[in-house]
Amino acid sequence: MSDEVASSMSEVSHSPRLDAKVPAGRLQEKWDAYKDAVSLVSPANKRSHNILVVGSGLAGASAAATLAGLGYNVKCFCIQDSARRAHSIAAQGGINAAKNYPNDGDTVWRLFYDTIKGGDYRSREANVYRLAQVSSNIIDQAVAQGVPFAREYGGVLANRSFGGAQVSRTFYARGQTGQQLLLGAYQALSHQIAAGRVTMLPRREMLDLVVAKDRARGIITRDLVTGELERHAGDAVLLCTGGYGNAYYLSTNAKNSNVTAAWRCYKRGAFFANPCYTQIHPTCIPVSGDYQSKLTLMSESLRNDGRVWVPKDPKDTRAPEAIPEDARDYYLERRYPSFGNLVPRDVASRAAKKECDAGRGVGETRLAVYLDFDAAIRRLGASSIQDRYGNLFEMYERITGDDPYRTPMRIYPAVHYTMGGLWVDYELQSTIPGLFVLGEANFSDHGANRLGASALMQGLADGYFVVPYTLGAYVAGIRQSEGISESHEAFAAAEEEAGARIDQMLNNKGDKSPTQFHRELGQLLWNHVGMARDRAGLEEAIPAIESLRDEFWERIHVPGSADRFNKNLEFAGRVADFIELGSLMAQDALRREESCGGHFREEYQTSEGEAVRNDEVFADVAAWEHTDRRPVLHLEKLSFENVHPSTRSYK
Amino acid sequence: MAKNMTINLRIWRQKSPESPGKLVDYTVSNASEHMSFLELLDVLNEQLIASEDDPVEFDSDCREGICGSCGLMVAGIAHGPQQRTAVCQLHMRSFKDGDTITVEPFRARAFPIVRDLVVDRSAFDRIITAHGYVSVKTGSAPDANAIPISKDAAEEAMDFAACIGCGACVAACPNGSASLFTAAKIAHLALLPQGQVEASRRVVAMVDQMEAEGFGDCSNYAECEAVCPKGISVSGIASMRRAYMKGAFSK
Repeated sequence: MSDEVASSMSEVSHSPRLDAKVPAGRLQEKWDAYKDAVSLVSPANKRSHNILVVGSGLAGASAAATLAGLGYNVKCFCIQDSARRAHSIAAQGGINAAKNYPNDGDTVWRLFYDTIKGGDYRSREANVYRLAQVSSNIIDQAVAQGVPFAREYGGVLANRSFGGAQVSRTFYARGQTGQQLLLGAYQALSHQIAAGRVTMLPRREMLDLVVAKDRARGIITRDLVTGELERHAGDAVLLCTGGYGNAYYLSTNAKNSNVTAAWRCYKRGAFFANPCYTQIHPTCIPVSGDYQSKLTLMSESLRNDGRVWVPKDPKDTRAPEAIPEDARDYYLERRYPSFGNLVPRDVASRAAKKECDAGRGVGETRLAVYLDFDAAIRRLGASSIQDRYGNLFEMYERITGDDPYRTPMRIYPAVHYTMGGLWVDYELQSTIPGLFVLGEANFSDHGANRLGASALMQGLADGYFVVPYTLGAYVAGIRQSEGISESHEAFAAAEEEAGARIDQMLNNKGDKSPTQFHRELGQLLWNHVGMARDRAGLEEAIPAIESLRDEFWERIHVPGSADRFNKNLEFAGRVADFIELGSLMAQDALRREESCGGHFREEYQTSEGEAVRNDEVFADVAAWEHTDRRPVLHLEKLSFENVHPSTRSYK
Repeated sequence: MAKNMTINLRIWRQKSPESPGKLVDYTVSNASEHMSFLELLDVLNEQLIASEDDPVEFDSDCREGICGSCGLMVAGIAHGPQQRTAVCQLHMRSFKDGDTITVEPFRARAFPIVRDLVVDRSAFDRIITAHGYVSVKTGSAPDANAIPISKDAAEEAMDFAACIGCGACVAACPNGSASLFTAAKIAHLALLPQGQVEASRRVVAMVDQMEAEGFGDCSNYAECEAVCPKGISVSGIASMRRAYMKGAFSK
């Protein structure tokens, strides 16, 4: 580790730059108190404000639709050819809400508590409580839009249970909950496009944030069909661009998911918080070869009825059906009797790694464990299992050629979600005034680990019910006379920089493709900043990533030109940013000398292999500021006034 | 162990909407049966980049059959030979070593070609914008359990709501009709009480938009259902046509 990082780490006090603006008062009353006091913008004034929403996933589409409905002028951008294709669409299992329809004891408090605990006490109490409070409204809104959630015979909504909770609070639409919620939001967005309140700009990639007089003033985009660079001015920018899991190359993210928009904001002054918090999802289809372009998730809901096991004897290579009960180790049920197969994701992933590391992995690569439905099929019948998971079983069979009704699935953990992201305060505003960050792109609600069915909840909470209030507080304070137009020099400078970067990549004419660099970065991150990290590995990774960055600019080869549809040019720019981010992820992982949630440091574990947190020193948010030299660390100390951070136990 | 395969490809190459296109021959000699079809194209593109050639452009995103970005005519069939499968989940085990496979874009009057295998499907968005929604603003929703919906209705609505908007239905239709896509959204919303309120207005607006975009009419070939990766039923089209007649006359 460099001396500069070491010296910045000695400043462990709360940074004055990180005012979370959490309202005073009891936890239960903070959000109401905030809404009582927040400035309102009159309908006539809303019409004169232009809001830029970058991204059209659950957070972006819900924010754009809601703000337009309130009367703002909205421009919404997405990199896909249609707003309906944002990667939220791939979320399978469900969305949590504290409705307590099953009458099994759920409350707003319990959803809050489970989420804070699930996040391993590394999130901000007030944000998480608000999330739990608005969760019920999301379900109401989605049903009103026509989202076809699963129902009981009596016509009321059905619920299922999910990892990390002992109540059934997850609403679902088969294994396509993300798709249905996104289509609901997309249709709400389409309603506002029809009303003329939203201008939708698909196939646009944000290449820079324009900052002038210390505020976000707009963005630079590239039209991905013509290659043209465009300037868009706005009174506020809402970044809803998702997570950075694709830094690992292989992940469950879509091919176009990337960090570029967030990284450009970081380089313009927005702090990046907790980049080392990445979620490795336990139930994914294992890697099959070098050509692999992505990993496919099998919903966590499968763990409701599927039992995870490996052969007790590493040399037992019989077909799974031929292995008798007493030669199987149902290791999750053995190690965590009270939660069993429904332990949170980080715990389940590490447990699978532990079995495979000990040589008990199964399949051709030995990097897989079984997820077995035999007992559930015998208990409930194949048709019940088909009702619950039919489409997931079909998908598994399509990809692997195996039928999970007859033979257990083989699964292995894969990078899935990133809890880290741009730092935001209670209002979801970053350290750059006027830049708001929503959904997975921010760091705020999931701490060091996200519970299943909580990503959809957070994206929609931010877009439908939080930012419509908090944006008003900012907009009400804008002086119209200050308006900075697209002809301002800050726009010209940002556009020129974006163009120069593209030219540099195209003119380099090296000998390595963007994908080659991306795979190498992914390998480095998976090996050293993956499911388990240690000091030696991280200290090795940082210079290796930095030399990969230098090599990128020496050897990158991008085919084609800038003035056309050019997928490899898009990839190249994103890979360059992923490499820089990778270095920051490793630095953050090195600094956090504890194990918590998705961040597991080998040096900090119990003799049984459970994570050891250090609340004395690391109960904080690590927010990194970009400088021309090394990133500078700022800390937001987390205070727990309502819950007592305890050792997370799922035994 | 996975089998190694040699695959010959004939791929449609076209530089812009106006320029003429043609089929070009390529060979990938290190394909694997476990590869997806798009991964085969990835391998080909890396080969082309290494030989200073122009890679083949195609749309793809989630690669798990749900975003609807990908869409190719593979061996003359929208999304290829495996039924109920988007091309991103079509695996090479569906083919044999030494096969020659023709790959073309989704062709339709309303889907202009952008480049190579990439087409412009924004007409679909405009059909949804015409009225493929429930007019409800954020915050004005009653409790989610206030209106009971029978399990059967919710399941049937879900069958139609499963549409991924890929455009295979249009590409497979001899008339280039978007009837299955449009009918799926109309049926999804009409089956639910929340969508019933505007059902008549919706069907007229969406069908009129479909025609304005240059999609053809339905002649009951049902090719669309055969290629739909989500298996959406053509029964929605009949209901749509009935509702359209009723709606258009009562306007």
